[in-house]
Amino acid sequence: MKVLIPGALRSYTEQSEAEASGATLAAVLADLDRRYAGIRFRIIDEQDRIRRHIRIFVNGAQVRELSQPLAPSDEIVIVQALSGG
Amino acid sequence: MVRKIAKPAVRKQGAATHGRRVLLMVATRKGAWMYHGDAARRSWRADGPHFLGHVVSQLVLDPRDGQTLLAAAKTGHLGPTVFRSIDRGRSWKEAARPPAFAKAAAGEKGRTGDHTFWLTPGPASEPNVWYAGTSPQGLFRSEDGGVSWAPFSFINEDAQFREWMGSVQDGTPDGPKLHSIIVDPRDSAHLYFAMSGGGVHESVDAGRNWTPLLQGLEVVEGFDRANPSFHDPHCVRLCPSNPDRLYQQNHCGIYRIDRPSDTWVRIGKSMPKRVGDIGFPLVVHPRNDNTAWVFPMDGTAVWPRTSPEGKPAVYATRNGGKTWQRLDAGLPQKQAWWTVKRQAMTADALDPVGLYFGTTSGELWMSRDEGRRWACIVRHLPEIYAVEAAEL
Repeated sequence: MKVLIPGALRSYTEQSEAEASGATLAAVLADLDRRYAGIRFRIIDEQDRIRRHIRIFVNGAQVRELSQPLAPSDEIVIVQALSGG
Repeated sequence: MVRKIAKPAVRKQGAATHGRRVLLMVATRKGAWMYHGDAARRSWRADGPHFLGHVVSQLVLDPRDGQTLLAAAKTGHLGPTVFRSIDRGRSWKEAARPPAFAKAAAGEKGRTGDHTFWLTPGPASEPNVWYAGTSPQGLFRSEDGGVSWAPFSFINEDAQFREWMGSVQDGTPDGPKLHSIIVDPRDSAHLYFAMSGGGVHESVDAGRNWTPLLQGLEVVEGFDRANPSFHDPHCVRLCPSNPDRLYQQNHCGIYRIDRPSDTWVRIGKSMPKRVGDIGFPLVVHPRNDNTAWVFPMDGTAVWPRTSPEGKPAVYATRNGGKTWQRLDAGLPQKQAWWTVKRQAMTADALDPVGLYFGTTSGELWMSRDEGRRWACIVRHLPEIYAVEAAEL
Protein backbone atom coordinates (compact mmCIF):
# COMPACT_ATOMS: atom_id res chain seq x y z
CA MET A 1 0.00 0.00 0.00
CA LYS A 2 0.98 3.62 -0.38
CA VAL A 3 2.74 5.37 2.50
CA LEU A 4 3.24 9.13 2.35
CA ILE A 5 6.54 10.13 3.90
CA PRO A 6 7.20 13.50 5.61
CA GLY A 7 10.14 15.62 4.51
CA ALA A 8 12.12 14.80 7.65
CA LEU A 9 12.21 11.12 6.67
CA ARG A 10 12.99 11.47 2.98
CA SER A 11 16.69 10.98 3.69
CA TYR A 12 15.61 7.33 4.04
CA THR A 13 13.16 6.96 1.14
CA GLU A 14 14.48 9.71 -1.18
CA GLN A 15 10.88 10.26 -2.30
CA SER A 16 7.59 11.43 -0.84
CA GLU A 17 5.83 8.10 -1.35
CA ALA A 18 6.86 4.60 -0.45
CA GLU A 19 5.30 1.19 -0.92
CA ALA A 20 4.94 -1.26 1.96
CA SER A 21 2.66 -4.14 2.77
CA GLY A 22 1.18 -5.78 5.83
CA ALA A 23 -2.10 -6.64 7.53
CA THR A 24 -1.57 -4.23 10.43
CA LEU A 25 0.15 -0.89 10.93
CA ALA A 26 2.90 -2.74 12.83
CA ALA A 27 3.48 -5.05 9.89
CA VAL A 28 3.55 -2.20 7.39
CA LEU A 29 6.09 -0.29 9.47
CA ALA A 30 8.22 -3.42 9.80
CA ASP A 31 8.13 -3.83 6.02
CA LEU A 32 8.98 -0.16 5.57
CA ASP A 33 11.99 -0.64 7.87
CA ARG A 34 13.15 -3.64 5.84
CA ARG A 35 13.14 -1.45 2.74
CA TYR A 36 14.54 1.67 4.43
CA ALA A 37 16.67 0.53 7.34
CA GLY A 38 16.36 2.67 10.45
CA ILE A 39 13.21 4.56 9.49
CA ARG A 40 10.93 2.81 11.99
CA PHE A 41 12.92 3.76 15.11
CA ARG A 42 12.77 7.43 14.19
CA ILE A 43 8.94 7.33 14.41
CA ILE A 44 8.21 4.42 16.81
CA ASP A 45 10.02 4.14 20.14
CA GLU A 46 11.45 1.05 21.83
CA GLN A 47 8.18 0.53 23.70
CA ASP A 48 6.29 0.32 20.38
CA ARG A 49 4.66 3.69 20.93
CA ILE A 50 4.28 6.28 18.21
CA ARG A 51 6.74 9.02 19.11
CA ARG A 52 5.39 12.13 20.79
CA HIS A 53 5.71 14.46 17.82
CA ILE A 54 4.71 12.00 15.10
CA ARG A 55 1.16 11.39 13.84
CA ILE A 56 -0.03 8.57 11.60
CA PHE A 57 -3.25 8.76 9.58
CA VAL A 58 -5.00 5.94 7.70
CA ASN A 59 -7.44 7.12 5.06
CA GLY A 60 -7.55 10.51 6.79
CA ALA A 61 -8.23 9.25 10.32
CA GLN A 62 -5.59 9.38 13.04
CA VAL A 63 -4.38 5.99 14.27
CA ARG A 64 -2.78 5.53 17.69
CA GLU A 65 -2.23 1.77 17.93
CA LEU A 66 0.20 -0.30 15.91
CA SER A 67 -2.31 -3.17 16.01
CA GLN A 68 -4.63 -1.22 13.69
CA PRO A 69 -5.79 -3.64 10.91
CA LEU A 70 -5.14 -2.44 7.38
CA ALA A 71 -6.43 -3.31 3.92
CA PRO A 72 -4.24 -3.28 0.77
CA SER A 73 -6.14 -0.26 -0.57
CA ASP A 74 -5.54 1.88 2.54
CA GLU A 75 -3.42 4.99 2.33
CA ILE A 76 -1.09 5.76 5.21
CA VAL A 77 0.21 9.22 5.90
CA ILE A 78 3.06 9.80 8.36
CA VAL A 79 3.38 13.41 9.46
CA GLN A 80 5.33 15.49 11.93
CA ALA A 81 3.00 16.99 14.51
CA LEU A 82 2.56 20.75 14.35
CA SER A 83 4.45 21.02 17.61
CA GLY A 84 7.37 23.11 16.46
CA GLY A 85 5.60 26.46 16.19
CA MET B 1 37.81 -1.29 46.28
CA VAL B 2 40.20 -0.47 43.45
CA ARG B 3 42.62 -3.13 42.37
CA LYS B 4 46.27 -2.25 42.32
CA ILE B 5 47.20 -1.58 38.75
CA ALA B 6 50.45 -0.72 37.08
CA LYS B 7 51.42 2.88 36.38
CA PRO B 8 50.86 3.86 32.74
CA ALA B 9 53.58 4.97 30.43
CA VAL B 10 53.49 8.76 30.55
CA ARG B 11 53.72 10.42 27.15
CA LYS B 12 56.75 12.69 26.85
CA GLN B 13 55.87 16.32 26.41
CA GLY B 14 55.44 17.16 22.77
CA ALA B 15 57.02 13.97 21.53
CA ALA B 16 53.96 12.15 20.21
CA THR B 17 52.19 15.21 18.84
CA HIS B 18 54.91 17.07 16.96
CA GLY B 19 53.71 18.14 13.53
CA ARG B 20 50.17 17.01 14.08
CA ARG B 21 47.19 19.19 13.24
CA VAL B 22 44.10 19.68 15.33
CA LEU B 23 40.60 18.73 14.28
CA LEU B 24 37.79 20.33 16.26
CA MET B 25 34.38 18.69 16.34
CA VAL B 26 31.56 20.99 17.32
CA ALA B 27 28.10 19.60 18.10
CA THR B 28 25.24 22.07 18.24
CA ARG B 29 21.50 22.21 18.66
CA LYS B 30 21.17 22.57 14.88
CA GLY B 31 23.87 20.34 13.45
CA ALA B 32 27.60 19.59 13.61
CA TRP B 33 30.68 21.29 12.24
CA MET B 34 34.32 20.33 12.02
CA TYR B 35 37.24 22.75 11.92
CA HIS B 36 40.64 21.76 10.57
CA GLY B 37 43.48 23.78 12.07
CA ASP B 38 46.73 24.67 10.33
CA ALA B 39 50.03 23.64 11.89
CA ALA B 40 50.14 26.81 14.01
CA ARG B 41 46.49 26.48 15.10
CA ARG B 42 45.91 29.99 13.72
CA SER B 43 43.54 29.41 10.81
CA TRP B 44 40.67 26.98 10.78
CA ARG B 45 38.93 25.49 7.76
CA ALA B 46 35.22 24.89 8.29
CA ASP B 47 33.65 21.60 7.27
CA GLY B 48 29.90 21.65 7.74
CA PRO B 49 27.15 21.76 8.53
CA HIS B 50 26.65 18.06 8.92
CA PHE B 51 23.08 16.99 9.80
CA LEU B 52 21.73 20.54 9.57
CA GLY B 53 18.64 20.78 11.75
CA HIS B 54 19.52 17.78 13.87
CA VAL B 55 20.13 18.21 17.57
CA VAL B 56 23.67 16.82 17.83
CA SER B 57 24.74 16.10 21.40
CA GLN B 58 28.28 15.05 20.61
CA LEU B 59 30.59 14.30 17.70
CA VAL B 60 33.59 12.14 18.55
CA LEU B 61 36.55 10.86 16.51
CA ASP B 62 37.82 7.41 17.37
CA PRO B 63 41.40 7.98 18.58
CA ARG B 64 42.22 4.34 17.81
CA ASP B 65 41.91 4.67 14.04
CA GLY B 66 41.73 8.44 13.48
CA GLN B 67 38.99 7.88 10.89
CA THR B 68 35.76 6.75 12.52
CA LEU B 69 33.40 9.45 13.69
CA LEU B 70 30.24 8.92 15.71
CA ALA B 71 27.54 11.57 16.03
CA ALA B 72 24.73 11.33 18.57
CA ALA B 73 21.73 12.98 16.92
CA LYS B 74 17.99 13.47 16.93
CA THR B 75 15.55 16.05 15.63
CA GLY B 76 12.73 17.84 17.37
CA HIS B 77 10.27 15.32 15.92
CA LEU B 78 12.20 12.17 15.09
CA GLY B 79 13.64 9.66 17.52
CA PRO B 80 17.33 9.49 18.44
CA THR B 81 20.01 7.81 16.40
CA VAL B 82 23.75 7.54 15.97
CA PHE B 83 25.39 8.41 12.68
CA ARG B 84 28.70 6.84 11.80
CA SER B 85 31.41 7.77 9.34
CA ILE B 86 34.46 5.66 8.54
CA ASP B 87 36.05 8.33 6.34
CA ARG B 88 36.26 11.20 8.82
CA GLY B 89 32.96 12.74 7.82
CA ARG B 90 33.00 12.51 4.04
CA SER B 91 30.07 10.06 4.18
CA TRP B 92 27.72 8.96 6.94
CA LYS B 93 25.65 5.89 7.66
CA GLU B 94 23.11 5.47 10.41
CA ALA B 95 23.72 2.89 13.13
CA ALA B 96 21.78 -0.30 12.41
CA ARG B 97 20.67 -0.51 16.03
CA PRO B 98 20.98 2.77 17.96
CA PRO B 99 20.92 2.78 21.79
CA ALA B 100 17.41 1.84 22.98
CA PHE B 101 16.02 0.68 26.28
CA ALA B 102 14.68 -2.86 26.62
CA LYS B 103 11.06 -3.41 25.72
CA ALA B 104 8.99 -3.55 28.88
CA ALA B 105 7.11 -6.68 29.85
CA ALA B 106 3.37 -6.63 29.28
CA GLY B 107 1.65 -4.36 31.77
CA GLU B 108 4.84 -2.53 32.72
CA LYS B 109 5.88 0.91 31.58
CA GLY B 110 9.23 0.88 29.84
CA ARG B 111 11.51 3.81 29.28
CA THR B 112 12.05 5.61 25.99
CA GLY B 113 15.38 7.11 25.07
CA ASP B 114 15.13 10.78 24.19
CA HIS B 115 18.69 11.20 23.02
CA THR B 116 22.16 9.78 23.25
CA PHE B 117 24.11 12.35 25.22
CA TRP B 118 27.62 10.99 25.74
CA LEU B 119 29.99 8.87 23.62
CA THR B 120 33.21 7.32 24.92
CA PRO B 121 35.52 5.26 22.70
CA GLY B 122 36.78 2.10 24.39
CA PRO B 123 40.44 1.50 25.21
CA ALA B 124 43.12 0.65 22.65
CA SER B 125 42.89 -2.98 23.73
CA GLU B 126 39.24 -3.13 22.57
CA PRO B 127 39.34 -1.51 19.14
CA ASN B 128 35.63 -1.69 18.26
CA VAL B 129 34.15 -0.96 21.66
CA TRP B 130 32.25 2.26 22.37
CA TYR B 131 30.14 3.30 25.34
CA ALA B 132 27.14 5.62 25.26
CA GLY B 133 25.19 7.44 27.94
CA THR B 134 21.65 8.55 27.26
CA SER B 135 18.85 10.76 28.47
CA PRO B 136 16.95 9.54 30.43
CA GLN B 137 19.90 7.83 32.09
CA GLY B 138 21.00 4.64 30.40
CA LEU B 139 24.34 2.95 29.75
CA PHE B 140 24.95 1.26 26.40
CA ARG B 141 27.85 -0.43 24.64
CA SER B 142 28.73 -1.24 21.07
CA GLU B 143 31.24 -3.93 20.16
CA ASP B 144 31.21 -3.28 16.43
CA GLY B 145 32.42 0.28 16.18
CA GLY B 146 29.04 1.91 16.83
CA VAL B 147 26.92 0.00 14.28
CA SER B 148 24.77 -1.80 16.85
CA TRP B 149 24.23 -0.95 20.50
CA ALA B 150 22.93 -2.93 23.45
CA PRO B 151 22.23 -2.06 27.08
CA PHE B 152 25.45 -2.49 29.08
CA SER B 153 25.55 -3.91 32.59
CA PHE B 154 22.35 -4.29 34.58
CA ILE B 155 21.81 -0.70 35.62
CA ASN B 156 19.21 0.38 33.04
CA GLU B 157 16.60 -1.97 34.48
CA ASP B 158 17.83 -2.23 38.08
CA ALA B 159 15.32 -1.08 40.71
CA GLN B 160 17.98 0.57 42.89
CA PHE B 161 19.59 2.43 40.02
CA ARG B 162 16.17 3.45 38.70
CA GLU B 163 15.40 4.97 42.07
CA TRP B 164 18.69 6.88 42.03
CA MET B 165 18.05 8.04 38.47
CA GLY B 166 14.66 9.45 39.44
CA SER B 167 12.17 10.70 36.91
CA VAL B 168 12.59 13.20 34.08
CA GLN B 169 11.78 15.90 36.61
CA ASP B 170 14.86 15.03 38.65
CA GLY B 171 17.41 15.84 35.99
CA THR B 172 18.65 18.79 33.98
CA PRO B 173 16.07 20.94 32.14
CA ASP B 174 16.54 19.05 28.88
CA GLY B 175 16.48 15.66 30.55
CA PRO B 176 18.46 13.66 33.12
CA LYS B 177 21.73 12.41 31.70
CA LEU B 178 24.25 9.62 32.06
CA HIS B 179 27.65 11.06 31.22
CA SER B 180 31.39 11.01 31.97
CA ILE B 181 31.82 7.35 31.02
CA ILE B 182 35.48 6.66 31.73
CA VAL B 183 37.54 3.58 30.97
CA ASP B 184 40.77 3.20 32.94
CA PRO B 185 43.48 3.14 30.23
CA ARG B 186 45.35 0.45 32.24
CA ASP B 187 42.41 -1.88 32.75
CA SER B 188 39.34 -2.06 30.51
CA ALA B 189 37.30 -3.64 33.32
CA HIS B 190 37.75 -0.57 35.52
CA LEU B 191 34.96 1.86 34.66
CA TYR B 192 33.36 5.02 35.98
CA PHE B 193 30.21 6.88 34.98
CA ALA B 194 28.23 9.78 36.38
CA MET B 195 24.57 10.73 36.37
CA SER B 196 22.88 14.12 36.61
CA GLY B 197 21.36 13.33 38.94
CA GLY B 198 22.36 10.06 40.47
CA GLY B 199 26.00 10.34 41.48
CA VAL B 200 29.32 8.86 40.40
CA HIS B 201 29.67 5.08 40.17
CA GLU B 202 32.65 2.76 39.76
CA SER B 203 33.07 -0.82 38.60
CA VAL B 204 36.25 -2.89 38.77
CA ASP B 205 34.73 -5.95 37.10
CA ALA B 206 33.53 -4.72 33.70
CA GLY B 207 30.14 -3.59 34.94
CA ARG B 208 29.10 -6.71 36.83
CA ASN B 209 29.05 -4.69 40.06
CA TRP B 210 29.03 -0.96 40.73
CA THR B 211 29.86 1.04 43.85
CA PRO B 212 28.78 4.65 44.39
CA LEU B 213 31.82 6.93 44.71
CA LEU B 214 30.35 9.80 46.69
CA GLN B 215 32.35 10.30 49.86
CA GLY B 216 33.40 13.91 50.33
CA LEU B 217 30.94 15.28 47.78
CA GLU B 218 28.50 17.88 49.01
CA VAL B 219 24.81 18.04 48.11
CA VAL B 220 22.28 20.84 48.19
CA GLU B 221 21.66 21.90 51.79
CA GLY B 222 19.11 19.79 53.61
CA PHE B 223 19.48 16.66 51.50
CA ASP B 224 21.05 13.34 52.47
CA ARG B 225 24.65 12.99 51.22
CA ALA B 226 24.46 9.22 51.52
CA ASN B 227 21.72 9.00 48.88
CA PRO B 228 23.09 9.00 45.30
CA SER B 229 19.80 10.53 44.09
CA PHE B 230 20.81 13.87 45.53
CA HIS B 231 24.23 13.99 43.88
CA ASP B 232 24.69 15.97 40.71
CA PRO B 233 28.13 15.51 39.14
CA HIS B 234 28.37 17.77 36.10
CA CYS B 235 31.59 16.47 34.58
CA VAL B 236 34.21 13.94 35.68
CA ARG B 237 37.61 13.63 34.00
CA LEU B 238 40.46 11.16 34.51
CA CYS B 239 44.03 12.38 34.09
CA PRO B 240 45.65 10.54 31.17
CA SER B 241 49.08 10.98 32.79
CA ASN B 242 47.89 9.55 36.11
CA PRO B 243 44.73 7.44 35.88
CA ASP B 244 44.57 7.30 39.68
CA ARG B 245 43.65 10.99 39.72
CA LEU B 246 40.22 12.28 38.71
CA TYR B 247 38.76 15.76 38.81
CA GLN B 248 35.09 16.61 39.00
CA GLN B 249 32.98 19.69 38.41
CA ASN B 250 29.88 19.14 40.49
CA HIS B 251 26.67 21.05 41.12
CA CYS B 252 28.21 21.68 44.55
CA GLY B 253 31.80 22.56 43.75
CA ILE B 254 35.06 21.36 42.18
CA TYR B 255 36.66 18.17 43.50
CA ARG B 256 39.69 15.93 43.10
CA ILE B 257 40.19 12.32 44.11
CA ASP B 258 43.40 10.30 44.24
CA ARG B 259 42.77 6.59 44.16
CA PRO B 260 42.78 4.26 45.95
CA SER B 261 41.25 6.84 48.29
CA ASP B 262 37.48 6.83 47.95
CA THR B 263 37.08 10.40 49.23
CA TRP B 264 36.69 13.46 47.01
CA VAL B 265 38.37 16.66 48.21
CA ARG B 266 36.66 19.98 47.46
CA ILE B 267 39.47 21.87 45.75
CA GLY B 268 37.07 24.60 44.62
CA LYS B 269 37.13 26.14 48.08
CA SER B 270 40.27 27.98 47.02
CA MET B 271 38.47 29.72 44.13
CA PRO B 272 37.75 33.45 44.68
CA LYS B 273 34.55 33.82 46.70
CA ARG B 274 32.97 36.28 44.26
CA VAL B 275 33.39 33.74 41.45
CA GLY B 276 32.60 30.55 43.31
CA ASP B 277 33.25 27.00 42.15
CA ILE B 278 30.09 26.21 40.23
CA GLY B 279 30.20 25.34 36.55
CA PHE B 280 29.71 22.55 34.04
CA PRO B 281 32.87 21.63 32.10
CA LEU B 282 36.25 20.57 33.46
CA VAL B 283 39.33 19.86 31.37
CA VAL B 284 42.49 18.04 32.44
CA HIS B 285 45.99 18.46 31.05
CA PRO B 286 47.03 15.58 28.79
CA ARG B 287 50.44 15.22 30.47
CA ASN B 288 50.34 16.97 33.84
CA ASP B 289 47.97 15.66 36.50
CA ASN B 290 48.35 18.83 38.59
CA THR B 291 46.82 21.00 35.87
CA ALA B 292 43.10 21.39 35.17
CA TRP B 293 40.83 24.12 33.84
CA VAL B 294 37.25 25.08 34.67
CA PHE B 295 34.78 27.66 33.37
CA PRO B 296 32.96 29.08 36.41
CA MET B 297 29.32 30.05 36.20
CA ASP B 298 26.93 31.90 38.45
CA GLY B 299 25.30 29.39 40.78
CA THR B 300 23.69 31.91 43.10
CA ALA B 301 19.98 32.50 43.78
CA VAL B 302 18.06 31.11 40.78
CA TRP B 303 21.21 29.75 39.14
CA PRO B 304 21.66 31.96 36.06
CA ARG B 305 24.41 29.59 34.85
CA THR B 306 26.15 32.52 33.15
CA SER B 307 29.64 33.94 33.63
CA PRO B 308 29.78 35.59 37.07
CA GLU B 309 29.16 39.37 36.76
CA GLY B 310 29.08 38.99 32.97
CA LYS B 311 32.88 38.63 32.90
CA PRO B 312 33.82 35.29 31.38
CA ALA B 313 37.01 33.61 32.52
CA VAL B 314 38.69 30.25 32.57
CA TYR B 315 40.36 29.32 35.85
CA ALA B 316 43.39 27.06 35.93
CA THR B 317 45.05 25.18 38.70
CA ARG B 318 48.62 24.00 38.27
CA ASN B 319 49.00 22.42 41.69
CA GLY B 320 46.12 20.00 41.92
CA GLY B 321 43.63 22.58 43.16
CA LYS B 322 45.57 24.32 45.93
CA THR B 323 45.38 27.62 44.04
CA TRP B 324 43.60 28.91 40.94
CA GLN B 325 44.61 31.48 38.36
CA ARG B 326 42.14 33.62 36.40
CA LEU B 327 42.71 33.40 32.63
CA ASP B 328 40.69 36.01 30.76
CA ALA B 329 43.12 37.81 28.44
CA GLY B 330 41.37 38.27 25.12
CA LEU B 331 37.92 37.43 26.49
CA PRO B 332 35.25 40.16 26.82
CA GLN B 333 35.85 42.12 30.01
CA LYS B 334 32.20 42.98 30.69
CA GLN B 335 28.59 42.31 29.65
CA ALA B 336 29.23 38.80 28.31
CA TRP B 337 26.68 36.47 29.87
CA TRP B 338 28.04 33.20 28.58
CA THR B 339 27.10 29.64 29.36
CA VAL B 340 29.44 26.77 28.47
CA LYS B 341 27.93 23.30 28.69
CA ARG B 342 29.67 20.34 30.28
CA GLN B 343 30.87 18.83 26.98
CA ALA B 344 31.68 22.16 25.38
CA MET B 345 35.23 22.66 26.65
CA THR B 346 38.23 20.56 25.75
CA ALA B 347 41.98 20.43 25.20
CA ASP B 348 44.21 19.15 22.46
CA ALA B 349 47.38 17.19 23.25
CA LEU B 350 49.89 19.50 21.56
CA ASP B 351 52.66 21.36 23.36
CA PRO B 352 51.72 23.89 24.58
CA VAL B 353 48.22 22.55 25.06
CA GLY B 354 45.43 24.19 23.07
CA LEU B 355 42.21 24.88 24.95
CA TYR B 356 38.82 25.29 23.31
CA PHE B 357 35.31 26.12 24.46
CA GLY B 358 31.98 26.82 22.79
CA THR B 359 29.23 29.00 24.18
CA THR B 360 25.49 28.53 24.05
CA SER B 361 25.49 31.78 22.05
CA GLY B 362 27.37 30.01 19.26
CA GLU B 363 30.93 31.27 19.64
CA LEU B 364 33.98 29.03 19.57
CA TRP B 365 37.03 30.32 21.47
CA MET B 366 40.55 28.97 21.74
CA SER B 367 43.85 29.48 23.45
CA ARG B 368 47.03 28.08 21.94
CA ASP B 369 49.07 28.72 25.10
CA GLU B 370 47.18 26.82 27.81
CA GLY B 371 44.76 29.64 28.56
CA ARG B 372 47.05 32.65 28.82
CA ARG B 373 45.50 34.39 25.80
CA TRP B 374 42.14 33.69 24.14
CA ALA B 375 40.79 34.35 20.64
CA CYS B 376 37.41 33.77 19.05
CA ILE B 377 37.77 31.48 16.05
CA VAL B 378 34.12 31.05 15.01
CA ARG B 379 30.99 33.13 15.53
CA HIS B 380 27.32 32.74 14.66
CA LEU B 381 26.98 29.01 15.18
CA PRO B 382 23.81 27.59 16.77
CA GLU B 383 23.85 26.81 20.48
CA ILE B 384 27.01 24.78 21.10
CA TYR B 385 26.52 21.54 23.00
CA ALA B 386 29.92 19.87 22.72
CA VAL B 387 33.46 20.54 21.53
CA GLU B 388 35.99 17.76 20.98
CA ALA B 389 39.59 18.02 19.79
CA ALA B 390 41.75 15.42 18.07
CA GLU B 391 45.22 15.49 16.61
CA LEU B 392 45.59 14.17 13.08
